Amino acid sequence: MDDELKKEIILENYSNPSNYQKIDDESYEKYNTNNDSCVDNLNFYIKIEDNIIKDLKFEGEACAISKASSSIFTDNVIGKSINDAIIYIGEFENMIDQKPYNEDTLKDACCFCDIYKQNNRRNCAYLPYRGLKKYLENYINK
Amino acid sequence: MNRSDFPMLDQDIIYFDNGATTFKPNTVISSINEYYTKYSANAHRGDYDISYKVDLKYEDVRDKVKDFINAKEKEEVVFTSGTTMSLNLVASAFFEKYLEAGDEVLITKTEHASNVLPWFNLANKLGIKINYIDLDSDYHVTIDNVKKAITNKTKVISLAYITNVIGDKRPIKEITKIAHENNIFVVIDAAQAIAHTKIDVQDLDIDFLAFSAHKIYGPTGVGVLYGKKELLGEANPYMLGGGMNESFDNENEVLLKSLPYKFEAGTQNIAGVIGLGAAIDYINNIGVENISVYESKLRNYLINKLEKISFIDIINYEADGAIVSFNIDKIFSQDVAYYLNKYNVCVRAGNHCAKLVKNVTGVTNSVRISLALYNTEEEIDEVVNLLSDYEKIRNEMI
Repeated sequence: MDDELKKEIILENYSNPSNYQKIDDESYEKYNTNNDSCVDNLNFYIKIEDNIIKDLKFEGEACAISKASSSIFTDNVIGKSINDAIIYIGEFENMIDQKPYNEDTLKDACCFCDIYKQNNRRNCAYLPYRGLKKYLENYINK
Repeated sequence: MNRSDFPMLDQDIIYFDNGATTFKPNTVISSINEYYTKYSANAHRGDYDISYKVDLKYEDVRDKVKDFINAKEKEEVVFTSGTTMSLNLVASAFFEKYLEAGDEVLITKTEHASNVLPWFNLANKLGIKINYIDLDSDYHVTIDNVKKAITNKTKVISLAYITNVIGDKRPIKEITKIAHENNIFVVIDAAQAIAHTKIDVQDLDIDFLAFSAHKIYGPTGVGVLYGKKELLGEANPYMLGGGMNESFDNENEVLLKSLPYKFEAGTQNIAGVIGLGAAIDYINNIGVENISVYESKLRNYLINKLEKISFIDIINYEADGAIVSFNIDKIFSQDVAYYLNKYNVCVRAGNHCAKLVKNVTGVTNSVRISLALYNTEEEIDEVVNLLSDYEKIRNEMI
């Protein structure tokens, strides 16, 4: 993915984020994720049925990177089983930790492949992944 | 002014985050270096020459601080690790002993966390109540609003002299007058004010005042608590250990040292204190008033330029400090800071540790430019130029 395309994907997802919506529906569970080093603070609304993530929405305050990353993230995660979502999160972690990763699994999220070069921005891109990982750990242990 | 005194400015950098910390002049750096290379001993061990020299230098800084803030006596000057420790010390060592359930502490919603959380802690421990002085439409404190907020249970008013997001300077002299007429103590967080305005604790009749060295061109990790002698005398020690006791035999027989040493337990930040002394000398040589005039001129220059940019929303038009907080339409503050960083411009983005501010301004985060004596109109021109092109910001913010 060339730099121009990466930028285009990020800006598009920032300007018109997918699944950016506050949900007031009891069939969804809400969890919050934030970066303590900055003001990124996002609420996610998740609906899981039969171990499948049926829907995932988010809203709140975040920088361009966090918001764009959350947009791509929700697009990629919706419809996945819990196991596949965990695999997907692992692939993203591999990418930002500069380990081998599967581009086909990450799809547009590959636009953050250089983010490891900027430590503060790395946390921004990782924000939605960290949030769901924590949520799913609790969910599985429930 | 005086740019050549600051080695950090040799780099190709525009530093507009002076509210967070300031760069250090050569004289401060060399004073610290001299301590470590020429007389690096502990204090209060005056049996040999270099330790005696440490004592003299260390206590000489106490005199400098006393004169700098015009305290009546040097015993009223306690060295701490910074404003945060000073404010925690006052809350714990004095007010925890003095306040009772139902008593009220007045602060505002534009205070820094350091002047909020120690009071919250006392509220939870003692059952005291935290009330907020209303702010006017510019988010400033007015005497009328102070009067309105005072009740017969108010025991403390604790305020920043200049706030760290809005940059407003509070009418402290009038506030202490009203407070003292009502038997209320006044605590002043001078972290943002100390480098920008002359502070005379006697004239202002302040009971307790806190500031940090690193915001006045001194080193990090050292600061000052000023307290009126009779009040500090009544306070409990904050930390216990070497250097603060006269003698002890058993748990019932511990004799504390007199002021200010009863608050200075353990080996102090000697190099830091010596650096603070050099920072005060540096400021005195230029003159706080001259710094203040210069910075006001710079701030006005910046405001005049920024207000011409249609997509910039300035949060604090009116302010006495050297702070301008703003946002760019539909661009997150952190992205603006990130964009400017690409051009070696350092600004702060976020909530600036003042997390109650959003409740009054409705703005949860902002970009903050905070100026110092070494900043210039040319630097402002460069940054304003970078902030004038919306498309460029949007394109380069990621």
